[in-house]
Amino acid sequence: MISLEKFIAHIENELDDLEPGTLTANVNYRDLESWSSMYALIIIAFVDSEFDVTLTGDDLRNCNTITDLHQLVKNRS
Amino acid sequence: MKAYIKHIAEYYPKYILSNDDFFNIFPELKQKKDTLLKVGVSNRYVVDKETTASDLAFFAAEKLFNESQIDKKEIDFLIFCSTEFDHYTPTTSAILQHRLNLSNNIGSVDIVSSCTGFIHSISHAKGLIEANDHKNVLLLCVSTLTKTFHKKDANSQFLFGDAATAILISNRKEEGIGKFIHGTDGGRSDYIMIRDGGARNELTTNSFLEDVNEYGNTTCNANFFMNGTGVFLFGLKTVPNIINNILRKNNISIEEIDYFVLHQANEFLLKALQKKLGIPDEKFIIHMQNTGNTVAATIPIALNCLMKTRNLKKGDKILIAAFGTGLTWGGTIIAY
Repeated sequence: MISLEKFIAHIENELDDLEPGTLTANVNYRDLESWSSMYALIIIAFVDSEFDVTLTGDDLRNCNTITDLHQLVKNRS
Repeated sequence: MKAYIKHIAEYYPKYILSNDDFFNIFPELKQKKDTLLKVGVSNRYVVDKETTASDLAFFAAEKLFNESQIDKKEIDFLIFCSTEFDHYTPTTSAILQHRLNLSNNIGSVDIVSSCTGFIHSISHAKGLIEANDHKNVLLLCVSTLTKTFHKKDANSQFLFGDAATAILISNRKEEGIGKFIHGTDGGRSDYIMIRDGGARNELTTNSFLEDVNEYGNTTCNANFFMNGTGVFLFGLKTVPNIINNILRKNNISIEEIDYFVLHQANEFLLKALQKKLGIPDEKFIIHMQNTGNTVAATIPIALNCLMKTRNLKKGDKILIAAFGTGLTWGGTIIAY
């Protein structure tokens, strides 16, 4: 599993409309101005493709930060 | 004799909702524009209040008769596939039989199916032709789903469009429509749903209470609802298995398939599936930019584009697969 820093960088790269540097380890992603259901799909597809791990809508609902998601993916990979 | 797809005609409502129009209606979404564009839709047709699904189907059928020169007397079965009907009863196919001036000596049936509707319907048409000696089945796959949207439901209004397709399925000696796989998981029937207004839940004032989801999208129980992440995940995880099962059922390898035409749900999902399956661009059809997701009509629209724009050879193998409301899925391989 890649480091948290690389995980954040990859996800930030996947998300259009996002100002570089706004996705930090502890920011609540739901507070991002551009947060949308498409962001959820992009994260689900990225994690499925890169780590062969399934994230659900509930997972995204139950986590708050990219650090939480990174830990979840790590636990499942 | 074998069943094959002989001709497809498309018909669209007059009004086009462009992305510029959309962002004028929902200016607050402009900041999310680049992300939203990943679903791959620039324009979509939207039907007016007075026009019904059967009206669109009628014009698609008339277009097919003009283009294909088949005589109406030669049609020996009519299938109307949609989730929008003129009345609770009688069937819309019966109304269309008369309106289209088709013979009284034909069968007609409505198939209530959404995104998997084309697959469900042509599997029936194949059965009629190959098991019961029918010669020409007219299939009408239609969607006017936009009529069911809440006016604040931006996600649905961006993704979906209305359309009608008329498909002539005829008989011939050579191989045509292959063997089908089908699937259903009613345990996830609430993923795509209009909860109230049917026999189970009557419409009450509560049906119209607005519900804003965690992503800020609005609908209510009287209007169309889709669990976007749930449906996306269903597509991502299920479609590769569907495709493998279709290949196995038809005893063919993925390399032998010339083209893949999947239900045009949204471009982002289609590209994720293409990557997962390792299908090259030239074999993978994405055709929804100017129509949006037209539910049961997406595969015939994309197939028609394929047949008109690529230099298809007789016998080319096209894998078609659909998935959606129900949840349901299915697919087959057709020989051009």
